[in-house]
Amino acid sequence: MDEIAALLEPHIPALRRYAWALLRDGDAADDLVQDCLERALARWRLRRRDGNLRAWLFTIQRNLFLSGLRRGRRRGPDVDIDALAAVPSAEASQDSELMRRDVLAELDALSEEQRSVLLLVAVEDFSYAETARILGVPLGTVMSRLSRARAAMRRRLDSGSGAVLRRVK
Amino acid sequence: MTGDRPIGEDDLHAFVEGRLPPERREAVETFLADHPAATAQVAADRERREALRARLAFKADEPIPARLRIAHVRAERRSVQGRRLAAVAAALAWLVVGGATGWTAHAWMARPIAANQNRVAQDALSAHRVFVAEIAHPVEVGAAQQAHLLQWLSKRLGRSLQAPDLAALGYHLMGGRLLPAGNEPAAQLMYEDDRGARLTLYIRASDSGETSFRFAQSGEVSAFSWIDGGLGYAISAALDRERLLRIAEAVYRQLDHAPSPESKRL
Repeated sequence: MDEIAALLEPHIPALRRYAWALLRDGDAADDLVQDCLERALARWRLRRRDGNLRAWLFTIQRNLFLSGLRRGRRRGPDVDIDALAAVPSAEASQDSELMRRDVLAELDALSEEQRSVLLLVAVEDFSYAETARILGVPLGTVMSRLSRARAAMRRRLDSGSGAVLRRVK
Repeated sequence: MTGDRPIGEDDLHAFVEGRLPPERREAVETFLADHPAATAQVAADRERREALRARLAFKADEPIPARLRIAHVRAERRSVQGRRLAAVAAALAWLVVGGATGWTAHAWMARPIAANQNRVAQDALSAHRVFVAEIAHPVEVGAAQQAHLLQWLSKRLGRSLQAPDLAALGYHLMGGRLLPAGNEPAAQLMYEDDRGARLTLYIRASDSGETSFRFAQSGEVSAFSWIDGGLGYAISAALDRERLLRIAEAVYRQLDHAPSPESKRL
């Protein structure tokens, strides 16, 4: 019976990390992960046995995140810059200019699509092809979103606009 | 060999990610030696990648909250199902209490999703029988105008419809048509394999909710129906249960993972 738990639980830390990066709220993020696990259990029979379980779970979680956004129940991070500055940063003590301008603020300046591509590729180490499958878009779209995400982050670095939190709808 | 291809943005991203094969990595390094702007860009991208990973690492390092343990999630699901069973039991009790009241309760309880799913399956089977035999006009709008077809059916059903790609199973889309379903519209998409065997996917708006697959049969035609995301689906064909189940699962998976309208925007 707990074969399923043994297969699913190793993925929970990464699912929590992705959920937190999207929602920036510990409880809301864990709600999302819980919904994802419930859905995975409900559809366990339907998963591709030879498929990539991790990618399947991320697909479910992102689709739930999007449908939550659509229903307006789960909001993207709606944090103002003061609140963000108060988020304890592991690197806060380091004197690097880069770290002082919290990389999370830069992440927030991206659209959800660019944010998810960047998170899946650069943080969760999914291949470009896996990322394309998770997001349900062609590979070329993944590459162009990645380019745009990185270009946007570089621009903020150059212009020193790191303190300005833009909300991109 | 790969060293001959010109360096692209994709190479630079893969370089940042550290996922280039050694010979390609060397080619990129040679390129960067002559391109200071690209070098600065790559360095900046690497820095942000490291910063982002470091910044998010704490979440993955935390112990998993007890409520996310699979055993707990499963128990939670069971208790929800338990509550549903209790509701059904209560409705059955009403039936026993008797006569007119019982029947009203029954009609009221039966209306929801199971009855709905059953109607989807029965209507789908009838529609399948009528149109699969059609030689001259099996579909109203052919697959050549697939975009138009889906736009039209989506508009009529008030939901965004997708035509699953069943090429991997040997079926190609022929087209589709609009059908009446009571007072509402329904859509039928027809597929054919290279020997002319046809299957149909029937779709119509449904109450929200979710059901598992249900099998139905009428003569030699079988159907699997399910309800998901506000749409009732039924896939029908003159196939045995196992083969049809495989097709139904493929359809389900594709519809489940279909890109949302948001993610289609580039």
